[in-house]
Amino acid sequence: MEGGSEMKVMTIVQAVTDALDIKLAEDPTIVTFGEDVGVEGGVFRVTEGLQKKHGEHRVFDSPLAESGIVGTAVGMAMAGLRPVVEMQFCGFVYPAFNQIISHAARIHNRSRGRYKTPMVIRFPYGGGINALEHHSESMEVLYAHIPGLKVVVPSTPYDAKGLLISAIESDDTIIFMEPKRIYRAIKQEVPEEKFTIPIGKAKVLSEGTDVTVVAYGAMIREAQKALALAKKDGISAELIDLRTIYPIDRETIAQSVKKTGRLVVVHEGPTTFGVAAEISAMVEEDVFQHLEAPVTRVTGFDTIVPLPRGEHHYIISPEKIYYGIQKSVRY
Amino acid sequence: MFKEFSPLEDKLFQVMDKDGEIIAPEWMPEISDERLVKAFKDMLFARTADLMAVSYQRQGRMFTYPPNFGQEAIAGGMAIVMRDQDWLVPAFRELGAWLAKGASLRDIFLYFMGYEEGTVFRGANNMVPIAVPIASQIVHAAGIGYAINYNKKDEVVYAVVGDGGTSEGDFAEGLNFAAVWNAPVVYIVQNNQFAISVPFKKQTRSINIAVKGIAFGVDSIKVDGNDIFAMTKAVQVAHEHASSGKGPVLIEAVTYRRGAHTTSDDPTKYRTKEEEESWACYDPIDRLRKYLVKKNLWDESKEESLISEYKKEVDRQFEAAENYAPYPLEDVFKYLYVDMPDDLKVQKVEHEKFLKWKEGLK
Repeated sequence: MEGGSEMKVMTIVQAVTDALDIKLAEDPTIVTFGEDVGVEGGVFRVTEGLQKKHGEHRVFDSPLAESGIVGTAVGMAMAGLRPVVEMQFCGFVYPAFNQIISHAARIHNRSRGRYKTPMVIRFPYGGGINALEHHSESMEVLYAHIPGLKVVVPSTPYDAKGLLISAIESDDTIIFMEPKRIYRAIKQEVPEEKFTIPIGKAKVLSEGTDVTVVAYGAMIREAQKALALAKKDGISAELIDLRTIYPIDRETIAQSVKKTGRLVVVHEGPTTFGVAAEISAMVEEDVFQHLEAPVTRVTGFDTIVPLPRGEHHYIISPEKIYYGIQKSVRY
Repeated sequence: MFKEFSPLEDKLFQVMDKDGEIIAPEWMPEISDERLVKAFKDMLFARTADLMAVSYQRQGRMFTYPPNFGQEAIAGGMAIVMRDQDWLVPAFRELGAWLAKGASLRDIFLYFMGYEEGTVFRGANNMVPIAVPIASQIVHAAGIGYAINYNKKDEVVYAVVGDGGTSEGDFAEGLNFAAVWNAPVVYIVQNNQFAISVPFKKQTRSINIAVKGIAFGVDSIKVDGNDIFAMTKAVQVAHEHASSGKGPVLIEAVTYRRGAHTTSDDPTKYRTKEEEESWACYDPIDRLRKYLVKKNLWDESKEESLISEYKKEVDRQFEAAENYAPYPLEDVFKYLYVDMPDDLKVQKVEHEKFLKWKEGLK
């Protein structure tokens, strides 16, 4: 994929900007808008410079109304555009739920394929940045549970660029959740030219034999630290980055668990009815006879993410992941 | 027109009175006699189909259906102005507008018989599916309007909602977005006095609905929705306004839902016979007929045979819908995504295994 292309060091924010820039230049049907997206370039500066480069009719500020943003994007998509909209924070998407669930996810089905909604709804998610209430949650399961949506969560600048380009090129409605805790924390060499990463495919980040760890988004970095701790103690863990929450790549997980017999799933969002619960059901269906321990969930409490002074209680640390790994291995 | 009939003063735009007399000739729209007779016939056909739909439902041959009885002049006026390239973004009580846009009656029946196929409206250019969640389509219309401006197309969006829908947040958001973006949208509120059972005065403290548009900077007007001439003129002016880059327009069409909300609803619980009768004399079809008869454009004695012809046609369309193909399992899965996830394929295969197993039980 990287053959011959010039590389450039990017953060996740820069990789997202770059993906938008490339697609805006390439496809005149693409527009991107949302609160503060135009002149300011978004509160996280993800769209910085894009209005100047691509014009006010293609990169613009919308009125402050989430249902209005998603609903107008649905209309634009039915009329042949490919909108990419920004919701300012994960916790601000809820006013748009009727438009997301009742329309963005269903227009293609309702119209038996006559109308498509090739749109991306992107927003920052997750905790760890000392934010106000409603700015720290990880609600990917709300979307993953809705028939008609696909949910993508990148964990690196490389993935952010490749997955977002795929999301924009997809004819389905994509929820694209960006781990804002590592928006600028990770720098990585990313090809300057266009490339895509398939939606619905997980990636084995490191191979191991004793236990499989599945994570995504901001938890990948924490899981890697946990794996380093485990390695010191002689535990060989395999790390899978889910990349896409739905459609979930159960094959890659199943193959890994077949080999290791043990599974730890890590996510920031609440435990009960979460992604880990679903993966747990899947491995039981797919590789029950290979399991040597119950699936371990290292996941968020079923509580509200506390305000910054209490957030350390909630945030999942590498040590907590390692604790889960040990629990699985020693079962 | 928007100034002369300011919603702030609760003015009502009316051209013809209940007896079919033209009371405001200066606002009379230019419509050829031929087109006007067609409008009358179309309204008559829509009413025939509508009343028959209710009886099909009563016979257990169709599921829940929302009657249009008494509201036919709104679609009648829209139909005169709306062009093939214009967009129709409907709610669910727009039988006349769907037909005017080119939807087949068979398809409309199919929808209320329980087939998604019935809301595809393949014969109707630029018409989107029926929107059941209230007022959410108001926002889509603003987005379609943005796309029209973006692509510099000569198209206008017609978006319809009921009086209850104007209390929804999406009504405000859609109007606001359309106004800020100068989207070419004609918003039409069918104010039929009831949102299921809730009367207009419990819906809003506003003196009317049109006044709500003014705060958004949208030119708005309250129109007698049972007066085909007032509706046509208002829609003509609104269309011209929207398509000449002046932004959206809000038309409140005052009417009365003479039937039930849907076939599952019982209006005797929330309104009186007296009230229903007080509106009967404003019936849009009766008013237009009176006008046409006075102008020697219509022969009432021929109406009965015309209606029986229409009934035959409606029956034909209904039977075609009844004979539509069974609903295959595949169609449950097929259209949800453009690129279908493997999980769905597996779920379908698993269900087929079950069906085979079930066959074996017999």
